[in-house]
Amino acid sequence: MSTPPTNPSGSPDPSDPLSGFNPLEPPPGLDPMPSAAIAPPVDPRLLVRQEGLRGYVDEFKRKVRGGELGSLPVVIGLIIIWLIFSLQNSQYFSAANAEFIVYYMVGLGMLATGLVFVLLLGEIDLSVGSVSGLAAAIYAVLSVEHNWNAWLAVIVTLLAGAAIGGTQGWIFAKIGVPAFVVTLAGFLAWQGVMLWLLGSTGTINLEPKALNALFSGNSYFLGGDIAGAYILAGIAVVGFGASGFLEQRRRKAAGVPARPTGELVARTVVLAIGAFLVAWILNRASGVPNNAVIFLALLVICDFVLRRTTYGRKVFAVGGNIEASRRAGISVPMVRISVYAISGTFAALGGLAIAATTNAAGQAGADPNNLMMAIAAAVIGGTSLFGGRGRVWSALLGILVIESINAGLFMLGLTLDIQYMITGGVLLAAVVVDSLSRRTQKSSGRA
Amino acid sequence: MTDPVSGSYAPALADGEPVLALRGVSKRFGAVQALTDVELEVHTGEVLALVGDNGAGKSTLVKSIAGVHTIDDGQIEWEGRPVSIHRPQDSQHLGIATVYQDLALADNLDVVANLFLGRELTTHGTLDEVAMEKRAQELLDTLSIRIPSVRIPVASLSGGQRQVVAIARSLIGDPKVVILDEPTAALGVEQTAQVLDLVERLRARDLGVILISHNMVDVAAVADTVAVLRLGRNNGTFPMRGTTQETIIAAITGATDNAVTRRAARATGPRPEGEA
Repeated sequence: MSTPPTNPSGSPDPSDPLSGFNPLEPPPGLDPMPSAAIAPPVDPRLLVRQEGLRGYVDEFKRKVRGGELGSLPVVIGLIIIWLIFSLQNSQYFSAANAEFIVYYMVGLGMLATGLVFVLLLGEIDLSVGSVSGLAAAIYAVLSVEHNWNAWLAVIVTLLAGAAIGGTQGWIFAKIGVPAFVVTLAGFLAWQGVMLWLLGSTGTINLEPKALNALFSGNSYFLGGDIAGAYILAGIAVVGFGASGFLEQRRRKAAGVPARPTGELVARTVVLAIGAFLVAWILNRASGVPNNAVIFLALLVICDFVLRRTTYGRKVFAVGGNIEASRRAGISVPMVRISVYAISGTFAALGGLAIAATTNAAGQAGADPNNLMMAIAAAVIGGTSLFGGRGRVWSALLGILVIESINAGLFMLGLTLDIQYMITGGVLLAAVVVDSLSRRTQKSSGRA
Repeated sequence: MTDPVSGSYAPALADGEPVLALRGVSKRFGAVQALTDVELEVHTGEVLALVGDNGAGKSTLVKSIAGVHTIDDGQIEWEGRPVSIHRPQDSQHLGIATVYQDLALADNLDVVANLFLGRELTTHGTLDEVAMEKRAQELLDTLSIRIPSVRIPVASLSGGQRQVVAIARSLIGDPKVVILDEPTAALGVEQTAQVLDLVERLRARDLGVILISHNMVDVAAVADTVAVLRLGRNNGTFPMRGTTQETIIAAITGATDNAVTRRAARATGPRPEGEA
């Protein structure tokens, strides 16, 4: 097995030679530069993962020391939360509660997904809560009061969300108003528009049609058939495994370092265990809610866009260094406007999902709490507030934490005041972890 | 785009004709006349050092060539044809790459992503990471650039490594002229040597290099020609071979009798009576 030399990981043991390739050795046919005649001391950053399990353990320890915590704090936090609530109430660790969490996480999760894009730029969007409420109102007015075709109303609603986000992005990118202020204005203004649209009654009941039907609480994948959940889990595992092995083959063919087969198998097996366990639990209740299926599909698409397309690369570049991006020919204003449009679209979609849980568009749709929960979810999941670092999966992890807490507090019958205090504490903890890990990364030269 | 690694740089020029030439270039900022009738010629396979005191107009000149500023008067000629440069993209399309002093790299991206930023290779609309990584490794190998890995974030590289990555990045676009703005300003001794080695390798690949530097030692080490700017005007162009540093410093300061020469005379010549 050839060790991947480009993997910046593993033991800093300088005596461990890179098998097959040594970057300190000049390539054949080239005059070594004079300074290379004296072998320079091995750079301690020249990190090579040792073979076998030991290498992975060392890599893990080094990453934790270097502040590259990734999803570790949130996974540990999630387990602690589940343990605490399970000890408090035996009903907590049940299939029905898992189903409850999965179903109610989707609306806020979509808000958080849009926010991940914005946070990657190092900016903030405070308007997502209001936009989600407004979207529900727009959809309700169009489909119920004006009797539009439900799908058409959905499309117009999503376009409205994109236009609202794009407008805010335009004001930020082109006029130069700080994003914080623009979206704070949006936070107030769009809430006002929503109240005006909803009129005196304040609530419009929705009919279970189109997207609203898919988002509603009794809509399950394949009608809740047991096969449905397992099919989804199977698709995820096969897709993950196949893409991993395909990439390994392409990299080996091109002669660049590739992940070892053992690691790929291990990752796929871990995913398989997780996916089928979740499928089994959800099947013990009613199956996989359709809104969760849509949410997961969108996460896969967003992950692909961010990691595999030039657009995603531009988002990360602008989040990392605006001046460098500009000099590289990236249109910074276009990236900003489009990212805010994406955030607005996800806010609208999330608004439809939240409205579907109560089958009504009401004044509570723009609950400021939704905004805080969505931001908290994105940050808790591990997307940095400082821009340039994060993944869309952090929206899923973060919202799982938030909903797990909410479900537990709901089950214990705790009132809103306690709920706010605890969620605020969790958000603060997440931001502190983010800042500390950034500081550690800086001091170990990896920020 | 031809391959930046093995691509041919066959000059489409007659012998001795400059690839880039400035003819009587002037630039004003309000009441400040930053450049007046500046002439400059860069040939392929030549390292042209652009020197001058603070405020001499070096940065303005470079930014005019790079398309950050537009010139008010005069002409820029590329391969003998007059061209107009209004935007950074115009300059890049001609084949001029500029490496700025403040390292335009995105810290959160890895070396490969930085090298190809804005010029990513794609297959079927998605990033072709494998091809980019392969090309990056080849490019760094041909330039004898040594970094721990092409897949680590640029943030974890040293200053010298970052500078050579920034220079290597400019070569991805297959330029004919590379402008280096104070490439060694913030570097240590060994890192400076690495960057100077790289400048020599650029020359060996028949690129025209404009090197802006305050450091006369660096200039003496790699430059073929030295162009001196003083108060926004040409103050002499010297072949490095056969020109003493004193002559260049005199041109920079505008006087043969100045603080630098007096100091040099004190150090080498007989000490004045009073100090003995």
